[in-house]
Amino acid sequence: MSALLRVSDAHIAYGKVEAVRGASLDVAANEIVTIVGANGAGKTTLLNAIMGILPLKGGASFAGIDLARLEIEDRVVAGLSLVPEHRELFAAMGVEDNLRLGAFRIGKAVAAHALERVYTLFPRLKERRLQLAGTLSGGEQQMLAMGRALMGSPKLLMLDEPSLGLAPIIVADIFRTISELRAGGVSVLLVEQNAKAALQIADRAYVMELGEFVLQGSAKDVAGDARVAASYLGV
Amino acid sequence: MRQRLPVILFALVMAAVPFIPGMPPFWIVLLDNIGLSALVAMGLVLLTGVGGLTSFGQAAFCGFGAYTTAVLTTAYGVSPWLTLPLSLLVSGLFAVVLGIVTVRLSGHYLPLGTIAWGLGLFYLFSKLEFLGRNDGISQIPPLAIGSLKMIAPDTIYFAIWAAVILCASLTMNLLDSRTGRAIRALRRGHVAAEAFGIKPPQAKLLVFIYAAVLAGLSGWLYAHFQRAVNPTPFGAEAGIEYLFVAVIGGAGYVWGGVLGAAIAVILKEVLQDYLPYLLHSESQLETIVFGMLLVLLLQLAPGGVWPWLMRRLPLRPDRKRADPSLVLPPRERPAAASGTLLRIEHARKQFGGVVAVNDVSFGVDAREIVALIGPNGAGKSTTFNLITGVLSASAGTISLLGRTLRGASPQDITQLGVSRTFQHVKLIADMTVLENVAIGAHLRGNAGALASMLRLDRGDEARLLAEAARQIERVGLAGQAHMLAGSLSLGQQRIVEIARALCADPVLLLLDEPAAGLRHMEKQRLAALLRELRDGGMSVLLVEHDMGFVMNLADRVVVLDFGTKIAEGTPAAIKANPDVIRAYLGAVA
Amino acid sequence: MNTTIVLFLLQDGITNGAIYALLGLALVLVFAVTRVILIPQGEFVTYGALTYATLASGQVPGTAHLVLAMGIAAFGLDLLMRRRTLRLGSVGRSLAINIILPAAILALTLALTGKETPIAINIALSLLIVGAIGLFLYRIAFAPIAHTSVLVLLIAAVGCHLALQGIGLVFFGAEGQRGPPLSNAAFTIAPLRFSGQSIAVYAVTLALIAGLWLLFSFTLYGKALRATAVNRLGARLVGIRTAMSGQIAFLLAAVIGAISGILIVPITTLYYDTGFLIGLKGFVAAIIGGLVSYPLTAVAALFVGIIEAFSSFYASNFKEVIVFALIIPVLLWRSLATPAADEEDD
Repeated sequence: MSALLRVSDAHIAYGKVEAVRGASLDVAANEIVTIVGANGAGKTTLLNAIMGILPLKGGASFAGIDLARLEIEDRVVAGLSLVPEHRELFAAMGVEDNLRLGAFRIGKAVAAHALERVYTLFPRLKERRLQLAGTLSGGEQQMLAMGRALMGSPKLLMLDEPSLGLAPIIVADIFRTISELRAGGVSVLLVEQNAKAALQIADRAYVMELGEFVLQGSAKDVAGDARVAASYLGV
Repeated sequence: MRQRLPVILFALVMAAVPFIPGMPPFWIVLLDNIGLSALVAMGLVLLTGVGGLTSFGQAAFCGFGAYTTAVLTTAYGVSPWLTLPLSLLVSGLFAVVLGIVTVRLSGHYLPLGTIAWGLGLFYLFSKLEFLGRNDGISQIPPLAIGSLKMIAPDTIYFAIWAAVILCASLTMNLLDSRTGRAIRALRRGHVAAEAFGIKPPQAKLLVFIYAAVLAGLSGWLYAHFQRAVNPTPFGAEAGIEYLFVAVIGGAGYVWGGVLGAAIAVILKEVLQDYLPYLLHSESQLETIVFGMLLVLLLQLAPGGVWPWLMRRLPLRPDRKRADPSLVLPPRERPAAASGTLLRIEHARKQFGGVVAVNDVSFGVDAREIVALIGPNGAGKSTTFNLITGVLSASAGTISLLGRTLRGASPQDITQLGVSRTFQHVKLIADMTVLENVAIGAHLRGNAGALASMLRLDRGDEARLLAEAARQIERVGLAGQAHMLAGSLSLGQQRIVEIARALCADPVLLLLDEPAAGLRHMEKQRLAALLRELRDGGMSVLLVEHDMGFVMNLADRVVVLDFGTKIAEGTPAAIKANPDVIRAYLGAVA
Repeated sequence: MNTTIVLFLLQDGITNGAIYALLGLALVLVFAVTRVILIPQGEFVTYGALTYATLASGQVPGTAHLVLAMGIAAFGLDLLMRRRTLRLGSVGRSLAINIILPAAILALTLALTGKETPIAINIALSLLIVGAIGLFLYRIAFAPIAHTSVLVLLIAAVGCHLALQGIGLVFFGAEGQRGPPLSNAAFTIAPLRFSGQSIAVYAVTLALIAGLWLLFSFTLYGKALRATAVNRLGARLVGIRTAMSGQIAFLLAAVIGAISGILIVPITTLYYDTGFLIGLKGFVAAIIGGLVSYPLTAVAALFVGIIEAFSSFYASNFKEVIVFALIIPVLLWRSLATPAADEEDD
């Protein structure tokens, strides 16, 4: 099966400092892949570069298209979507406006259908549809960020630390939703500090240290690795 | 002395220029104009390029200098030399007034404010009776030394360029000092500056006044060069042009200001001379081309011409060396009131409806390493900001050595002996590691701006640098001391922050994720350093995610989750605590 | 103080204030979407007014040629920037926007210019021309540096102002011009005489404010513009082209500027450099509004207009000094009210 997303030998630099050094990764259709690693390992940097926010040296293709040819906006249209670490919501606008803008590049009819689906997935958002996004709680903001990304009907959803700052019960909710998304045909690339939770729902996993992948394999194997257990699972 | 050599050479060349046989007098006039413009641009370099404050209003300060001497010499017959200090004083005083109003403005309000008062002052100059309204004041006496009257462009030339070279030297001295580092730290945001005792409003006001005084000097020279003043050269357009001069030269470099002035003056002259022939038109085409060039330049070389030129020259700036024999006396420490160094009681911090820190209590004893752990977003960084005075607690008390810190500013807390690093590294990328670390010792030096300009600060400065070098060596980065901080890896930058914090000679060190981005060996070295510091009498409070690192290092661990303390104890006890395992190590059961 | 004089000054102040309000709103709009502080807003006013006046005198304004020249530059830039990702579709689109559109505007202007051309057509042509200049100005001068700091954008804006003002002198000469009024009707209420033109100023200002409100509240494109202003990265992540948003903001600002110019050129003689000063007064209002609040800006603009009218009556020499000094207490209040944010250089 050909990969939906394929990154090969990626180098990403902030100014003079190289934050990711030669990372290769692929995500197949209908797959949940997670990247675990410590703060500062380069996980967020990699996601941002795949989305086009940072320049990436090396190869990256999505659904067979060379990503170097696409601006961020074109990547969205191609079906790649990122829920960034800071969520980047339109804080001064309403929940429903945020969602509708998520479907900015799609036709009205499709958008109406997508809105329906997002509200089914996150009933809480429907209750708050007229509230300003900035006044939502942390968990609701995370739902809104995911909902907005889903409005564009992406093929691959990249999530950066979706559990950041959320109560355990809400985290459980969010992770359940991620599993549901895959069932609906969306692939997920998940960066998560909460390694244990991420490894439980993922099919495959990569471990990143200092900008390089040091380990990869099925989520089960990675979770069973002694080093990973010591560093990230606190065993 | 090697540093001075290019300046001396430049001064000699400039002094020889008028004596070159066959030198067209018109070129001397151009050089005069370049010098006048360079003085103003130099102030802008300090203000905008280094301090990050943009002013479109510098022309108005030239106006204060020029009109002061014009009025005093024509109406009251005061000698031009006597009006020099008065011109500078008037420019400086207006800078104090306008500066107090404007420098506190953040971001784009500052340049907008300067445009507004720049325009207002222009209209004021052109309407006031005693300034001659639109006609201005003429018949200003020339500068004179004995019987030598500086009337011709090639005599006042010496006064102008002596001023330029003197001011350039003073400005470079200022930048290369304790005060200079404080000014350069302004651009990196006020949180980092305040954490080391720098007072950003004061530092901003200082550069604002300095730039105004340089502009006033230029105005004073201009008045005696033209021997007449009118409002036009002090209007908004002129203010815009000065900023342009600084930007083309390279807004961060003193000599960039001089180079920019040369480029702008010559460019305008060439455009004025040749464009009409080229395009057969009478209109002011030079403004069009000037404007377009400005836009083009920003797109092609936003850093300016000077740094571009320096990269192409084989010259490398001399890195300063620290003399290891010098010792900075330790800071006076407030006497300890009790065994507990830091005490946090029922601290609470609320942002709108979100409670980031909820009723948290814990303490740090003398000679103790305490680790604060918890998932991302658990309130650890907020707790740090409460301790360091960046945020004030909504409720509860925080006390250091028995003193309550309520209402204390970050500077006060630094003064009491708390020093920190940042989760997102806040170093000044274009300064060397040595200079960055020396900022940590800001409060341990006392040389002021004037002393620095006149190089009376060398003893003080050498001790600060020696201390910085010592701390850099202590953290194991001696080999990188003269590299630019921005060229280090992120992990090394974190270590530089630790050296900077140590430079403040703290009793309590707060470290925000010091091990992130470090390799295994580096982590072990860091742990060894922290143990050594503890054994030397310092306390450490650190936030860290690397469990292996924390559990092997800390004497005590405090666990936060959701803004609440859920556990506290020895590493062994924490590892076994079921609440901690549930909250911290995974939510999906 | 005489009531008639007060009423008269108020009327005068409100008329000018309405114009400043329009310009202030345009400045806020452009700043919010692009972070550009639009110093050349005043040139849009001048270009609109003088293009209209030139057309009314039966001549072809130079600005019509400028549109094509800027379009060609924009096309060249497009090709240069996208040389590695060039596709037929994008070249075609660029050709249509940058070459065919301005060529059509020029052709239309050449075809329709004449002494007998109705006012409505002249207005429409003026708006087309100045709107297109705004569009291309963003593409040429600002889009390539859109990611840089507010300061760099501000300096570029100043450069644009210098260039456009110089070009204005070439096209329109140093002589001032007046244009024909929209209506010669007038009526009197008590001591005040209302000309049709001043009524038009109020009506158009209100209509434009209402129009902007409708645009931003009810259309997806308007919301996309707001979204760009609220969170640029967020906007890009949902596929909104921020460069496109910037162009639209500039287009709107240019059209608003041109409308203001067309509204005042029958009342006052405009010179090639008058716009700058008018624009700056809109600016004072926008700063008072903090560059974010539309209603506050509109109210502040009326206030600026009224202060100006009164000071020109009681202290005419210091009219400008007073207007620009207004900003100082406002800035002082802002600096005391809001603690300095922790900014980092970008």
